[in-house]
Amino acid sequence: MTIEPRPPPLQFVARLRHALGGRAGWGGFVLQILFVAALVWIGYEIVANARANLESQRITSGFGFLSNTAGFDVSQNLIPYSGSDTYTRVFLVGLLNTLLVAIIGIFFATVIGFLVGLGRLSPNWLLSRISGGYVELVRNLPVLFQILFWYLAVLGVLPNPRQSISLFGRFFLSNRGLVIPKPLAAAGLEPFGLAILVAIVVAWLLRVYARRALFESGRLITVWPYTVGLLIGLPSLAALVFGAPVTFEVPELKGFNFFGGSRVIPEFVALTLALSIYTAAFIAEIVRAGIQSVHQGQMEAGASLGLTRGSTLRLIVVPQALRVILPPLTNQYLNLTKNSSLAVAIGYPDLFSVFAGTTLSQTGQAIEIIAITMGVYLLISLVTSAIMSFYGWRIGRSLRA
Amino acid sequence: MPPFQDDPLRPLKGFAMKRVSLVFALAVAAGLSTQPAAAQTLKTVKDRGMVSCGVSQGLPGFSAPDDKGNWTGLDVDVCRAVAAAIFNDPTKVKFVPLSAKDRFTALQSGEIDVLSRNTTWTLSRDTSLGANFTGVTYYDGQGFLVKKSLKVNSALELNSASVCVQTGTTTEQNLADYFKGNNMKYEVIAFATADETVKAYESGRCDVYTTDVSGLYAERLKLANPADHAVLPEVISKEPLGPMVRHGDDQWFDLVKWVLFAMVDAEELGVTQKNVDDMAKSDKPELKRAFGTDGNLGEQLGLTKDWVIRIVKAVGNYGESFDRNVGAGSKLGIARGLNQLWNKGGIQYAPPIR
Repeated sequence: MTIEPRPPPLQFVARLRHALGGRAGWGGFVLQILFVAALVWIGYEIVANARANLESQRITSGFGFLSNTAGFDVSQNLIPYSGSDTYTRVFLVGLLNTLLVAIIGIFFATVIGFLVGLGRLSPNWLLSRISGGYVELVRNLPVLFQILFWYLAVLGVLPNPRQSISLFGRFFLSNRGLVIPKPLAAAGLEPFGLAILVAIVVAWLLRVYARRALFESGRLITVWPYTVGLLIGLPSLAALVFGAPVTFEVPELKGFNFFGGSRVIPEFVALTLALSIYTAAFIAEIVRAGIQSVHQGQMEAGASLGLTRGSTLRLIVVPQALRVILPPLTNQYLNLTKNSSLAVAIGYPDLFSVFAGTTLSQTGQAIEIIAITMGVYLLISLVTSAIMSFYGWRIGRSLRA
Repeated sequence: MPPFQDDPLRPLKGFAMKRVSLVFALAVAAGLSTQPAAAQTLKTVKDRGMVSCGVSQGLPGFSAPDDKGNWTGLDVDVCRAVAAAIFNDPTKVKFVPLSAKDRFTALQSGEIDVLSRNTTWTLSRDTSLGANFTGVTYYDGQGFLVKKSLKVNSALELNSASVCVQTGTTTEQNLADYFKGNNMKYEVIAFATADETVKAYESGRCDVYTTDVSGLYAERLKLANPADHAVLPEVISKEPLGPMVRHGDDQWFDLVKWVLFAMVDAEELGVTQKNVDDMAKSDKPELKRAFGTDGNLGEQLGLTKDWVIRIVKAVGNYGESFDRNVGAGSKLGIARGLNQLWNKGGIQYAPPIR
């Protein structure tokens, strides 16, 4: 008796079946369709019900309010804004304020987090204990408490503007924030910018040349002094020849407050500081875990090649650790962005405060505004995680190569 | 498989699923946040045995809890009067403290039956919020509180000042109008609650604190040294404060409206907490109508005949409530002013009970 091998199923159909229904096959596919249909039906019912109820109570709905005049002012606006602008403009002002805190906060949290994480692994007893203490203290206190601490206990005790702390008569620190001279474009700006551009390009070419020399002939060329010289020297030369690139508008105390100059408001400083320091504690632990996940032998191999501890970390250990670090690091970035909505407690005008707060209560259109706000936070988070995934994909590729 | 290994589009593939769940979550929130359209508030309240009343998070004189957790104030008395009229018991009220920015959502969603929270009556609030104002409990206006040490005597000297304000109020918009109208610059710092706002003012973050004048007097009591702060003479807006109910239930609207009218009418008729029992025996026709010994006016509101007696016994007439909470008999010591009865030089006026 011979056993006839069954002809294999068509590859395309099998793949399709697997893609649609997973392991359960076509049956699973039907179940999924039914499930999605049920979800859509429930969703439709709820939306229709909400709409009917809003209409019967004659509560205004829809997105028409976005083109109405807001009529209130905001303390920090990165784009020109006044009370006679629309709610759409308020939305943009709030969004930019949120993004500003998120981006600057992520930058500082990463820098502090990496330093503390590396410090915790340092053979230096004092450094590792201080880093450990930092992590344990900061990550175990509620973040809202920390924001209020920086705002009320640290920045709140600064003197009033009339008694402000002055640096060189140009910078003024008071409980209204830090006032700094405002740069205004002058005649020399264009050549100055051009000089910086040229310096950057030349510095990059130098680096490429040095790397090639290192990889192809083993010559180690030190380029950083030339790079620094270029980056400082060339723009300075341009400024000397063509005149200063900017002039500064010096702030002046008149009445209650400073006129002229740029101002960093204390709400922004408190929020960014608190979020950076808080998130940095978590990032430090992630960095430590990532580095410890790299085999000890890598460190020893680096040492036996004659590399310093710093070079071993930078060239061998951290790149391998990054694969472990990136996914939880992305989580922390997302957390920081979302935590920025705690701004409402200290009067920083972020998206949540001016849009889901003030605008909501002025217009009463809770459903629309909450939907927009949720959508925006979701979008910011997805973009962040897409960027991080792309970075992770590049690292994964280069490590395998 | 380690994450992020070889597919840069992974997060985008997840996006479609996440978007579906977002829409779903939103829809659930929307569907649950609205009450059934056929609103029978009085029946709901009777079944529950309580009036659910939205008040402030603590504004002395208007709505504030004492050290035993009992709420008192002019706004609180309106809710107590409604409870007294329905249940003959002014304690049958559940007080829900709300921030300025959450108050309307709480009313729209049916969490509260009455919003009695020093809320300014404006056209847009009366229409697009899906709610109605039932009357005016206090005629107010917006003012400024400053430290005396700044030596400011007029709001017109406030150019370039930093101003602390509570977000989600008409105050925020009046402020913008006033400074713009007078060509003055200012910086606004908006906080979510009154306590945070006052704390920022006290810490020196702002030069000025602005809200309704009655609120300024009330909040000044909470400051460390009330005597160091002065209310400027300018009143920059009209702020008629009153209770609100949801659209779509005229019976409940009438009931809350007439409870307040009854308090004002009681003062005009000279009925007080003390003399109400004696007055009930009076032969005067307007008193007989009000007390239900003649006719059934209370029943037309869905209440009992003795509804006015119940109200006055529970909280007194409007004048008594005013004096006890914000007027001469209170720490605030605010003069009656505009809130005096119409026949005594003020503008408080209630239609007749007949």
